[in-house]
Amino acid sequence: MAEAILDPGELKRPNPSALRVSDERAIEIVGMNKWFGQFHVLRDIDLTVYKGERIVVCGPSGSGKSTLIRCINRLEEHQTGTIRVEGVELTSDLKNIDRIRSEVGMVFQHFNLFPHLTILENCTLAPIWVRKTPKKEAEEIAMQTLEKVRIPEQAQKYPGQLSGGQQQRVAIARALCMRPKIMLFDEPTSALDPEMIKEVLDTMIQLAEEGMTMICVTHEMGFARSVANRVIFMDQGQIVEQNAPEPFFNNPQSDRTKLFLSQILGH
Amino acid sequence: MADVAHQTAFVRHAALPEREPPTAQAGAVHWLRANLFNSWFNALLTLLLVYIIVQAVLGVWPWFAGATWEAGSLQECRERGGGACLAVINERWRQFLFGFYPRTEHWRPAVTFLWLCIAIAPVLFPAVPRRLFWATALFPFFAYWLIWGGSLWPVLMTLGGLGLGYAAYRFAAGRLGAMTAALAGLLVLVVWLQVVAGPLARELSRMIPLDLVTVPSRNIGGFTLTFVIGVSGISLSLPLGILLALGRQSKMFFIKTLCVGFIEFIRGVPLITLLFVASVMLAYLLPPGTTFDLVLRVIIMVTLFASAYIAEVIRGGLAALPRGQYEAADAMGLTYWQAMQLIILPQALKISIPGIVNVFIGLFKDTTLVAIIGLLDPLGLSTAVRATTEWNGVIWELYGFIALIFFAFCYGMSKYSQHLERRLRTEHR
Repeated sequence: MAEAILDPGELKRPNPSALRVSDERAIEIVGMNKWFGQFHVLRDIDLTVYKGERIVVCGPSGSGKSTLIRCINRLEEHQTGTIRVEGVELTSDLKNIDRIRSEVGMVFQHFNLFPHLTILENCTLAPIWVRKTPKKEAEEIAMQTLEKVRIPEQAQKYPGQLSGGQQQRVAIARALCMRPKIMLFDEPTSALDPEMIKEVLDTMIQLAEEGMTMICVTHEMGFARSVANRVIFMDQGQIVEQNAPEPFFNNPQSDRTKLFLSQILGH
Repeated sequence: MADVAHQTAFVRHAALPEREPPTAQAGAVHWLRANLFNSWFNALLTLLLVYIIVQAVLGVWPWFAGATWEAGSLQECRERGGGACLAVINERWRQFLFGFYPRTEHWRPAVTFLWLCIAIAPVLFPAVPRRLFWATALFPFFAYWLIWGGSLWPVLMTLGGLGLGYAAYRFAAGRLGAMTAALAGLLVLVVWLQVVAGPLARELSRMIPLDLVTVPSRNIGGFTLTFVIGVSGISLSLPLGILLALGRQSKMFFIKTLCVGFIEFIRGVPLITLLFVASVMLAYLLPPGTTFDLVLRVIIMVTLFASAYIAEVIRGGLAALPRGQYEAADAMGLTYWQAMQLIILPQALKISIPGIVNVFIGLFKDTTLVAIIGLLDPLGLSTAVRATTEWNGVIWELYGFIALIFFAFCYGMSKYSQHLERRLRTEHR
């Protein structure tokens, strides 16, 4: 696994005092199940995420980790159980879904930038059309956010003219322009060349320091060690083990976790 | 082994400077050699084709050069020389442009055509001032009045009704929901058109008559007819085709079934059949006494026909978009229509441009099929012209002239579509 090679020592170190967790609940998942046809992808998921938490979800491919976070903003529909995001329950009510989606930012493995719009337009689109922010104000916010991910000079270019790492930072900026309360990362570095992984992870660490509630599906164990306050290991649609990073990596309990860790770290 | 590693070890200390490419790779001579004479076989082919082209031009040229422009009949033409008898064009060009439109009113289609050119400019080119969109918005109403004539007042009443409906919508939108406001606007429009507009238009035209001579549909012909049908068909079938394509993708069962059924039915039936239905069958199907203009019926059929094809072309474009585009739009909280309008359709339509223009060009040329149901489009007229005693026997000159005009407009559409594809290209190449 090329993604796991990065040594945590290379990454920017988050300032520990900035990483606070409140006891307010951001996401509450109770007894959630999901099937793709006959295939039971998620089984009895219970998960509570507090404000300011940084959770890394890992596990072998096909274990349902992407599906789990895609249920949180209803890109996938769950069949039983409840999901509450910021106190609002996800049902088939379209108004609620759109409200939750505007509070939850998502970053995809393949960036999914809009190729027909400039970087700036990518960032201002949702604030203007969903939040009804005036265009000028939306552009100011977008420029500040692009400043933050350190690519303001690319604002007038099109996504196709940027490198993978730059595109992914734009994707993070695009999500941040909506001022979301929660950020979901679905394998944000898996499609990147090795030399570009660090710039994206550094941006994510910076976000964590600002107190963002984050759920990251990733194989970047260096990132998990230094930033996460909880690591969740999933296998066959279930949460098999969850713990703080130190005990999770140094003293895994289940055999399945031990095998997985030895496979991605042991080389 | 160690020895090999020692010998191949290498470190570059200074970067190499950039250099110009070799000159032999560019220029006219290089182009000729690479594209025309890069092997003995290709050189032979090149020479052969040049010979054929030269022979063709030499063969046709005298026909043009010896053309007769002034003559009263084909007989007279033949007596004056062996070249083309372009006198028939010279004498009948007005008929080819306007059909049997009254001679004194020919300025009306001409003005409409000029207005058309102004109206499509802001649609086609973003450099044109946006204010010109007013000319585009008003064009259909005034074009209808200019071509068919009659009183201007009903047209103004319709425009007034649309304005009132929009005002009602704006007024209600602030207070009620968008849906209710749209219904309120529609209600105002319908009440206005049904109750107020008719009597008011009659009163006003009695006081201030703004009338043009009424021209019945059967007198509209030639390229005027081609453009009336072609332009209406093109501008109406694109939005209808987009809706059909989206409907075909819909998760709602009835909408999907309806769209699929419509598209498959229309595609499975020849256009000629639909035109016959328009000209003959509709009279039986409609309640007796309703008069329904033949040209209007033809426009409806041609629009439905083209929209089914456009729907399928756009469906291809929609299918070519990665699923991530839909997901990214959804994840931001955009509604379905916002996602379609801002993210999906701009990209899908861009991919579909060649296919859409293909359908448009086909539609434009298919307007000649109306000759079969007795409308006098250019081809219908050419038959009529050849049926006269003076011009009996003229073939090449007439069809060549018609072909040339069709080619000019179709080639224009094709060139514009290529320009549009280049303009919309945002990938890094």
